[in-house]
Amino acid sequence: MAANAEKKARTPDLAEVKGELLKKYPPKVARKRAKQILINEALQNETPEISANVRTTPGIITMRGCTYAGCKGVIMGPTRDIVNLVHGPVGCSFYAWLTRRNQTDAGETGENYMNYCFSTDMQDSDIIFGGEKKLAAAIQEVYDLMHPKAIAVFATCPVGLIGDDIHTVSRQMKEKLGDCNVFAFSCEGYKGVSQSAGHHIANNQVFRHLVGLNDEVKPGKYKINLLGEYNIGGDGFEIDRIFKKCGITNISTFSGNSTYDQFTSAHTADLNAVMCHRSINYVADMLETKYGIPWVKVNFIGADATAKSLRKIAKYFGDPELIDRVETVIAEEMPAVEVARAEVRPRTEGKTAMLFVGGSRAHHYQELFAEMGMQTISAGYEFAHRDDYEGRQVIPNLQVDADSRNIEEIEVEADPQRFRERKTPAEIKALEDAGYKFKHYEGLIPDMDKGTIIIDDLNQYEAEKLVELMKPDIFCAGIKEKFSIQKLGVPMKQLHSYDSGGPYAGFKGAVNFYHEIDRLVNSRVFGYLKAPWQKNPELSATYVWE
Amino acid sequence: MLLRHTPKEITERSAVMINPAKTCQPIGAMYAALGIHGCLPHSHGSQGCCAYHRSTLTRHYKEPISAATSSFTEGASVFGGQANMLQAIDNIFSVYDPEVIAIHTTCLSETIGDDLKQIKTKAEKEGKIPKGKEIISASTPSYVGSHVTGFSTMVASMAKMAEPTGKKNGKVNIIPGWVEPADMEELKRLMGLTGVKYIMFPDTSGVLNGPMSGEYKMFPDGGVTVAELKSCGDSVGTLAMGEWCSAAAAHWLDSKCKVPCSVLDMPFGLQATDRFIDALRKIAGITVPDEIVHERGQLVDMITDMHQYFYHKKVALVGDPDQLIAMTEFLVALDMLPVHIVTGTPGKKFEERIKEITAGMPCPVNVRAKGDMFLLHQWIKNEPVDLIIGNTYCKYIARDEDIPLVRWGFPILDRQGHQYFPTVGYKGGLRLLEKILNALLDRKDRDSTESGFELVL
Repeated sequence: MAANAEKKARTPDLAEVKGELLKKYPPKVARKRAKQILINEALQNETPEISANVRTTPGIITMRGCTYAGCKGVIMGPTRDIVNLVHGPVGCSFYAWLTRRNQTDAGETGENYMNYCFSTDMQDSDIIFGGEKKLAAAIQEVYDLMHPKAIAVFATCPVGLIGDDIHTVSRQMKEKLGDCNVFAFSCEGYKGVSQSAGHHIANNQVFRHLVGLNDEVKPGKYKINLLGEYNIGGDGFEIDRIFKKCGITNISTFSGNSTYDQFTSAHTADLNAVMCHRSINYVADMLETKYGIPWVKVNFIGADATAKSLRKIAKYFGDPELIDRVETVIAEEMPAVEVARAEVRPRTEGKTAMLFVGGSRAHHYQELFAEMGMQTISAGYEFAHRDDYEGRQVIPNLQVDADSRNIEEIEVEADPQRFRERKTPAEIKALEDAGYKFKHYEGLIPDMDKGTIIIDDLNQYEAEKLVELMKPDIFCAGIKEKFSIQKLGVPMKQLHSYDSGGPYAGFKGAVNFYHEIDRLVNSRVFGYLKAPWQKNPELSATYVWE
Repeated sequence: MLLRHTPKEITERSAVMINPAKTCQPIGAMYAALGIHGCLPHSHGSQGCCAYHRSTLTRHYKEPISAATSSFTEGASVFGGQANMLQAIDNIFSVYDPEVIAIHTTCLSETIGDDLKQIKTKAEKEGKIPKGKEIISASTPSYVGSHVTGFSTMVASMAKMAEPTGKKNGKVNIIPGWVEPADMEELKRLMGLTGVKYIMFPDTSGVLNGPMSGEYKMFPDGGVTVAELKSCGDSVGTLAMGEWCSAAAAHWLDSKCKVPCSVLDMPFGLQATDRFIDALRKIAGITVPDEIVHERGQLVDMITDMHQYFYHKKVALVGDPDQLIAMTEFLVALDMLPVHIVTGTPGKKFEERIKEITAGMPCPVNVRAKGDMFLLHQWIKNEPVDLIIGNTYCKYIARDEDIPLVRWGFPILDRQGHQYFPTVGYKGGLRLLEKILNALLDRKDRDSTESGFELVL
């Protein structure tokens, strides 16, 4: 009874919550934010519409970063054998230096440039006279020092403004060096409205400059690419362990623990499994159009989700040997998961979570919380688009606004020699008739319960208000949010860096996550916020020695 | 090997910087602005800078770092960011209600040439700045100098808030430079012992080492107040710590408000602390209290007691110029040998000062301003050292070369303590010695043979 009453007290009227969130804003801002805050009605056949991927309100204290971060930091950063050379003043390069936890395994002697930070360290003279000569010299110096197989050049804010042509410099240096692929990314920080534009720019250039360079057929059965998995805290290692056990061959991961060679061979796979839809769906589409590789959405966050995704991959290949193998692996892995789940569930059941993470995890992690009996009462993305919220069926209706219009869309056509149908139209149809969905992502909103609140581009003020009004048992976001939320006495879990923990993907990851969330929501420390004398401030009697 | 592509053979580079020993201006301005009470730092640029600077400071302090941004889009980047800034000012005062907005710029707004003063005037005219609220600004182009430059420029902007009345306030301005909140606290404790009244700016103690209480205050109780900053032009004198960090503000107050200044080294170690206390004694006309003499004696005592472990140990140093100058002097005082010294911040004077300080040492010294940690690592490969002192990024070199590391400087992303325990003053000197000894003696214990393993050291 008491627990129920407490639970009731925690479920405030969501219209009032929304009203509170908007209260302090100047009218214009309130109107705009109102469209980005949505009370989920969980309609049967249609998903409510949200405004997303729109410009950030100045001064609002957003969680968002920039295009450079989305391009260099997210997509290209995790590749160990490409030198990432940042053309700009030192900051951009410095801040993206080892701060995302993309793990890699280069062995004892393999190439690994990920522990390094390369910058042209632009000075005022470079701003005035242009930095192209310095960039060319920097490429040469890197080559002379390390002889990498590839050098990737990244533009930062001033590069676009002063008109440095990094693509021409890169092309000339590639010709000059001969055995080093040099290519560039125009990922100036001001492009688009968030990290998202950087993903798109990275996708385009990787596809243009790397994918398809190596036609060598790799050994192994059931060849897939794992798209949009960045091996944070070893997530990719765990997924690869499971693939290996199942006999699935991973040709390339975009881009956790990846190498140059993986990218160049990606077109030889027979299926693309997409984890992070937002960051990599462009490559998935292009691989399908040019080479004929279908893609499906998967999710390896959560043990049940992992099992489901493995079955999905097995069903695609349709080989009974693989289907059986996958079932055996699931049967082998699940007991340990069940033990951990049973252990934590009495302590996590019925608790509530809020998830505000980049462009995919705010959705994926809901499955993990559900496995612990926890409900997600509010969620949102920093920079996802409407298709990540509402599902890909809205794509034809999406309008590209003025702020994102200049992000390049590359036109891809079927490769005359190398396009190969992986399944006959009849086979595809048979799979679809059996409920199999290609090129499909249903988005975050349909997965959330009625009476939850979904917020795009959450800011500092709204985060604090939301916690105050809805009192979640745990709040998940990033480093910038961590300590303000924690000060409020609410456990906070970082779902970008995992607070130096992980992996959280796959079966072992699920077990790690159960224990971690159990630790957080049942931590003793939140009972110590007030000193004894603050709890009983008034003295009722004096001691004799006074 | 973590840094397996770093060759021993050194080739001069003119264009590529690898593993920088600096970062860019705005983060310094942001850190300085957090030392003003009720201040929200604001980054006038695209929002990525602000996110990165907040994240780095948060990782260093494990504390919330609030700052707003103009969130430039491509349009604003071409046609100017005035509209973004005006909107930001409006939103910030409506939603977050700070006492002060401290604006800094980035390479974006500097390259396009946005005029902050003009934007501020426009905001004032349009009534966007509520009564009693302040906007200050500093121009901090990332392609000039380093994070230290940005810090210094914002500190100078604080000094420029001075509104001299012509009547002296009997206080001493203390400009501590880029030191930790705990260091600022320690300086205030020393000032308290001397009884000298002071205005210290910036002051991040109480802001970036706050308590956990179940309450979140975007503007914690600490920080120098606007009233104090307005009064700093009436002070009897200024003690500015660190040429790179603090001299600009001190010189401005000297020339514009006739507040005489002494620019000192940062008070790390024995002699620099001696000079700080002595300068304070002279400027304020006081007698140094016994407590401080006692603390000094304790530091000298510990040096005497443990001198055998310091003597002629080779050290590699990386960090910011003001801190490195004081640290180098301290190490020389311990009869240690700081043999490789790198800062990423430009400034010829740095190399000259280090050469002066190390002139009497029995071995050659490598020193480089505008250098990087790739070069430092190469120097270490050619002339190994017994100890590295520097920020967290040094741990890659330390592990590869199997050298003990003392974390000191900015940023420290993987250990705690810097926000709570000072390294300035005599007390801070004791702590530095403890850290250095722990590192050296842990290594001695690890490397000793079983027969040579000792209980007492």
